[in-house]
Amino acid sequence: MEHIAIIGNGISGVTAARHIRKISDKKITLISGETDYFFSRTALMYIYMGHMKFEHTQPYENWFWKKNRIELKKGFVSKVDHEKNQLIFENGENLQYDKLIIATGSKPNKFGWPGQDLDGVMGMYHKQDLENLEKYAPNKKVCKRAVIVGGGLIGIELAEMLNSRGIPVTFLVREDSFWNGVLPAGESGMINRHIKNHHIDLRLGVNLKEIKADDNGKVKSIVIQETGEEIECDVVGLTAGVSPNIDFLKDSGIELGRGVKVNRFLETSVPNVYAIGDCAEQHEAIGNRRPIEAVWYTGRMMGETVAQTICGNKLEYKPGHWFNSAKFLDIEYQTYGWVFGRPKDYEAQFHWIHEDDTKCVTVSYHKETREFLGINTFGIRMRHEVFDRWLTEKQDVDYVMKHLPEANFDPEFYKHFEKEILTAFQQQQTVNA
Amino acid sequence: MAVERNMALTGQPPKSLNTIQKIGVLIGMSGLLILLLATFNVNLPNQALWLTVSLVALTTGIIVFSKGAYDKKLEGIKNDGVWFKSMSSRGVLAWIAGVFLTGFYIVLYFYAELLGLGQGVDGANTGLIGLFDPLSYALKNDKASEWFVYGTLYTIAIIAFGIKFMMKYKHNRYEQLRTVSVMFFQTAFAFVIPELMARLNSDDFSLPYNDIKLMWPLNYYAFDQWRVDQFINAQTIGLFFLILAILMVFVISPWLTYKYGKRWYCSWVCGCGGLAETAGDAFRQLSDKSVKAWKIERWLINAVLVFAVIFTTAVISTYLGYDSTKYWFTKNTFLISSGAFLVIVFAVVAYWKRDQLKSDAFIGATASLVITLGFFVLLAFVDINNIKINASYLSFGLNTKEYGLADGLRSFYGFGIGSIFSGVIGTGFYPILGNRIWCRMGCPMAGIMGIQQRLFSKFRITTNGGQCISCGNCSTYCEQGIDVRAYAQKGENIVRSSCVGCGICSAVCPRGVLKLENDSLEGRINSNDVLLGNDVDLMNYVNNKN
Repeated sequence: MEHIAIIGNGISGVTAARHIRKISDKKITLISGETDYFFSRTALMYIYMGHMKFEHTQPYENWFWKKNRIELKKGFVSKVDHEKNQLIFENGENLQYDKLIIATGSKPNKFGWPGQDLDGVMGMYHKQDLENLEKYAPNKKVCKRAVIVGGGLIGIELAEMLNSRGIPVTFLVREDSFWNGVLPAGESGMINRHIKNHHIDLRLGVNLKEIKADDNGKVKSIVIQETGEEIECDVVGLTAGVSPNIDFLKDSGIELGRGVKVNRFLETSVPNVYAIGDCAEQHEAIGNRRPIEAVWYTGRMMGETVAQTICGNKLEYKPGHWFNSAKFLDIEYQTYGWVFGRPKDYEAQFHWIHEDDTKCVTVSYHKETREFLGINTFGIRMRHEVFDRWLTEKQDVDYVMKHLPEANFDPEFYKHFEKEILTAFQQQQTVNA
Repeated sequence: MAVERNMALTGQPPKSLNTIQKIGVLIGMSGLLILLLATFNVNLPNQALWLTVSLVALTTGIIVFSKGAYDKKLEGIKNDGVWFKSMSSRGVLAWIAGVFLTGFYIVLYFYAELLGLGQGVDGANTGLIGLFDPLSYALKNDKASEWFVYGTLYTIAIIAFGIKFMMKYKHNRYEQLRTVSVMFFQTAFAFVIPELMARLNSDDFSLPYNDIKLMWPLNYYAFDQWRVDQFINAQTIGLFFLILAILMVFVISPWLTYKYGKRWYCSWVCGCGGLAETAGDAFRQLSDKSVKAWKIERWLINAVLVFAVIFTTAVISTYLGYDSTKYWFTKNTFLISSGAFLVIVFAVVAYWKRDQLKSDAFIGATASLVITLGFFVLLAFVDINNIKINASYLSFGLNTKEYGLADGLRSFYGFGIGSIFSGVIGTGFYPILGNRIWCRMGCPMAGIMGIQQRLFSKFRITTNGGQCISCGNCSTYCEQGIDVRAYAQKGENIVRSSCVGCGICSAVCPRGVLKLENDSLEGRINSNDVLLGNDVDLMNYVNNKN
């Protein structure tokens, strides 16, 4: 029986394992050094906030794995010997495989800041990071202030987490507006204000210079590059993005870039070795996507795809229309298609914001053809299915704006804003015409 | 279910209480203290005044507490610290509350004299029940009973905790509207109107206490002889209520369930549901989500339903049998038509929905039908009240009377299901088993509407394409123990018989994945649908090859 080893029990690895089991009888071993069982990484924040316990973040009950003959192995792989088809573990054990899937995900970025490895300095990615945070920031007495470095999705989640325990947060963001590399200015500005409404000390356009230690090697304060200001704190969260977690592959002979280089079939440079999820890097970006996509959904899709290939039905990774979602404190965000933070030269954007400053929409369309290209929506839920269809049909923006009510996904009895949005859109069009 | 050590009144955010919340606790506790003093027969001279003070303090305490908790916060999900707080995570406070509530229910159902029922001169009330006499006289011009005390406290709980719930979900109009609805139905239909109607009763006219929204089989005594007789004797108005009660079961409820799902009742109208959604809201996360719990659930709730059908038929056919001159329906017409009705419903469902019925569901339904019909045959040929049962074997010696089988079944149902399951366990165990254990595992009304919701309803929870991130908030906060995430992460709609449509899964979802809605029957259950965002060719393979 062919033995498939999967390193990493995140959404990518687990999806691959489940789908291989669905269509084949192969032996499957799922390896993780992080946890015994699959959990939803995106839900770690809710454990610290007390919304859930760790077991609630596990999508499958513990009997699931045995019942589906997916063997679980706990341990860190330190080396891959692809010539011998062998994995070598940190503790010296080894494991033979016939095919290998690398799905080791990401690790938080560190940019060589002085003091970045002190006690009390952490990312927020692994379960161990959460345990670390619980140790250094159990409450506002032990942690009098926390500083978060890096204004992305994980940064704002960490701010929300600490905020829930009444711990004062200073949030250092390099850009001059929150996440404006991705979000258009109107949206980014609204989120800036929302962060401040939560009494989070948001500092825009600043960089971290260094992290200072106390006598015990624990963080004492940080210094801001631009102003030289020193801020006392007990915890520093480093959330300046993530990069592929592939250090153990350095001398393996598998071709690496920033991630594990793969072709469209998710094959690496070595036969019978595949890479999926956050750690995989496409030789060439697919459409407007980045070569490395550290997103839950793409990890899942790659897992489904590689399972087909491994089970003899060789399949290209062909993701459909781009979509994503997030939540910024109390404001939900969804995106379908492409809306760029800095509009492309062919791209026109229409922006509508509600007067309560918690809802807004940005619609992107082609300047000449008026083809609908994408939408960002904040505080209003919209239907994935409808936008996916409109994108496939290449509907023009006027059609989309008129039919926006069809796409509404807010709970029943919610107030609707489509009329207001359409009126604003038509006004903007007349002004521009 | 380990007991947590932290007592949670102190501690750090999000566990700690702020000053306003502490004031709220103090006010509420003082209201409770008055009730306790009365219970222990401390002489309170001006009962009307003390009762007013107590009820106002209870309500105000809860509202002040809620203001402290939610007022200064921005609109959004307020679940911070739910699993840290002793009360909401099966800690010490939860166990204390559970024991207190359970004790209260046992005293209420079985030892009402301890609350002062008829303990005074000439059967006047003393104690807690005596304290409620002034209000009872004001409403129905009669002294209070234990049920009047219970009804008053129940209504106050739904109103005060309903206000709390509305503050918590101030951003969510679905939650707001359905909470106003349960508050209204409890206050008007279950409390004020029946009590006022009791005023109409005289020597030659009397109506039974009638909460018209409380249908059979949730109201298991709906068709007891004394009730039916009272209705029939109360001329047109009585007949109207009797016909309405039958229409509710066979026409109105099925139609509303078809259009809106069972939520129209369970989380918009029902009193049990009303209490669960308001006073019980803090405990919704305690429901068991395991597959094991689901297996127990589907056997238990349907067994209770079969039991309810059997004993009701037994009771009705008994009085139709020995009082045949009084009713135009004879015992045998009743049994034959009931049997025929069940067989026709079964046959139609088995044929029409044959693709959706899994074999275990079909086996369960067939077994239920066979047992029920077998019992009907027994009823037709044997006067089952000649079969005598000594209740002491079934009631741990609490009840030593001997019953005929039909009355025995009725009494056992009333005791085992009506009192113990729905009251003592269903509500007393809120802080341990969650707020909907009765609704999920026991309520026969929910059982009927559940079958209908699964098979013939426009209602579903739509999953928004591929947006689920498997975080688990939906499953955690599902009071009915549905593993919502298991469906959402596959892009599948949620069509489950147990869903009461509370809408909290949709509210707590951080990615806007879930929406309760009524739509066409076609494509309602989409277990083979495309997980959106994926390559279409891939999805064809995924769906064909498993």
